Amino acid sequence: MSALIEVTDLGKSYGSVVALQGVTTTVRAGEVTCVLGDNGAGKSTFIKILSGAHEHSEGTFAVDGVEQHMASPRDALALGIATVYQDLAVVPLMPVWRNFFLGSEPRKGPFRMLDVDLMKRTTRDELAAMGIALRDVDQPIGTLSGGERQCVAIARAVHFGARVLILDEPTAALGVKQSGVVLRYIARARERGLGVVFITHNPHHAYPVGDRFLVLRRGRSIADRVKADITRDELVELMAGGAELEALGHELERTPGVDPVV
Amino acid sequence: MTTTAPARDADREAAPTGRAPRALRRPEVGAAVAALAVLVFFAVVAEQFLTPSGIGTWLNSASRFGIMAVAVAMLMIGGEFDLSAGAMTGATGLLVGVATTGYGLNVWVAVLVALVVAVAIGALNGFLVVRTGLPSFIVTLGTFFVLQGIDLALVKLVYGQVAVQGFSDVPYFDSVRPLFGGVIRVGGASISVSVLWFLAVTAVATLVLLRTRAGNWVFAVGGAQASARATGVPVARTKIGLFMTTAGAGWLVGMISLFQSSTVQSSTGVGDEFIYIICAVVGGCLLTGGYGSAVGAALGALIYGMTRQGVVYAGWDSNWLYAFLGVMLLAAVLVNNWVRQRAERLR
Repeated sequence: MSALIEVTDLGKSYGSVVALQGVTTTVRAGEVTCVLGDNGAGKSTFIKILSGAHEHSEGTFAVDGVEQHMASPRDALALGIATVYQDLAVVPLMPVWRNFFLGSEPRKGPFRMLDVDLMKRTTRDELAAMGIALRDVDQPIGTLSGGERQCVAIARAVHFGARVLILDEPTAALGVKQSGVVLRYIARARERGLGVVFITHNPHHAYPVGDRFLVLRRGRSIADRVKADITRDELVELMAGGAELEALGHELERTPGVDPVV
Repeated sequence: MTTTAPARDADREAAPTGRAPRALRRPEVGAAVAALAVLVFFAVVAEQFLTPSGIGTWLNSASRFGIMAVAVAMLMIGGEFDLSAGAMTGATGLLVGVATTGYGLNVWVAVLVALVVAVAIGALNGFLVVRTGLPSFIVTLGTFFVLQGIDLALVKLVYGQVAVQGFSDVPYFDSVRPLFGGVIRVGGASISVSVLWFLAVTAVATLVLLRTRAGNWVFAVGGAQASARATGVPVARTKIGLFMTTAGAGWLVGMISLFQSSTVQSSTGVGDEFIYIICAVVGGCLLTGGYGSAVGAALGALIYGMTRQGVVYAGWDSNWLYAFLGVMLLAAVLVNNWVRQRAERLR
């Protein structure tokens, strides 16, 4: 299958500061491309480029084989690239159904009023399809749990015809159980034929669902491999700088009997 | 050493949603209760209050503040303030007054020119706020002083005095007057046309806020601007539109007070900007944006109008109004905060 997104030697500089450099990877339909890296590795810069929030300054960025320069998230959406942000891009005080359609509200009638019935019904149905049964789509979205909100955001992106779903650290703020729920939705999205870009700093979350792994460190790509070419241990090592972590482990172990500072 | 955290999400699943908190989600509930209380209170202490002429008087007063309060409420839901709103009512009135009585401009033309100027100033307010990223409180405070300065200095320079006189004698005055300063007899009461404007503005604003795409965007830019931008909401356009709406409402109120009284002074409207904000807050608008309603602001203005006239009818010193306003504002902010916390934590 041809690539939905193909980036080659992608880079971004803010003035004289180089935030990202030499990134090459592909996103295919029905596959999960994981982007791993520690804080400050360039993950956010990378997704800002993919989602159209920032324009890349070097390399090429092709969607369906056509080179693109996107000026705004609207451009990305028009190409079928939807981003679910870490903060989910929801407005906490607004009802779930208004959040679901924010920015793409369906209208009807000669006065172009909101089609409220359609909006509420669709929200309820799309969430049910994701396995979430909300009692009341009228409640402010801020009252939902983290996992539920995440799923509303994913369901929203899928509903709006996303072909590529960019998930920015969807499991970062969640507990083990809720992370599992979100990983299951990622697998479900993949099975529906979407290309998924899954940004995380946790290789244990990435490895089970990923088909391709891009590892960033200090703004550079240090690996871009398909699953067949990498083991979980290698990924952990690449990602955390395994040697550093091991050294850190030894260092911490040398002080037995002392309670960790709470 | 560590204790297990309770399974919060599991608990939340089980909790039912009550009926009472559902009603509290409407921002205008508090204002409706307060309006009723004020109505009953003055009906008891001042016998003139519920007579047809009494009702006509406080409705007229409420309408002139209400039109602005509704527009300001929309702006506040969108997360911004407009301190130039009060001065705008005076500036547009002066513009029409000076241009017609001083320079012989056709009154219809003058009215339209004033609308264009007002909306342009509103657009400038919005543009400056969006472009500079400065708080609208500061930007519009600047506009407020500029308008006040022009109202006083420029008018004195070109017109020789700071109050318009002889406005009712200009040609075609009578053809415009019914539109802004007209009076309709209903039963024994004289209802100003401004009351109809007030109702229309409230209805349109409610419809726009709750049933249109633009309304959804207003809530979004005020509630979480970054999220709104990320979902593709045109934040700048929405905000500039809101400032233009407020300025347009300022023009409407400017025309109403000009054609009702046939005169306008350089100081007209100065200080009213805070009344508008108070009405909006009493009506349930959060100062932080993203929450509120047009109906609430209209009720806030009704409370203000009733109190303003009620104090007079009751024979008290009218300055008590300000003390009442202050108490009302503080109480409203406290109630709003409590309601919002309920709305956010509601399960």
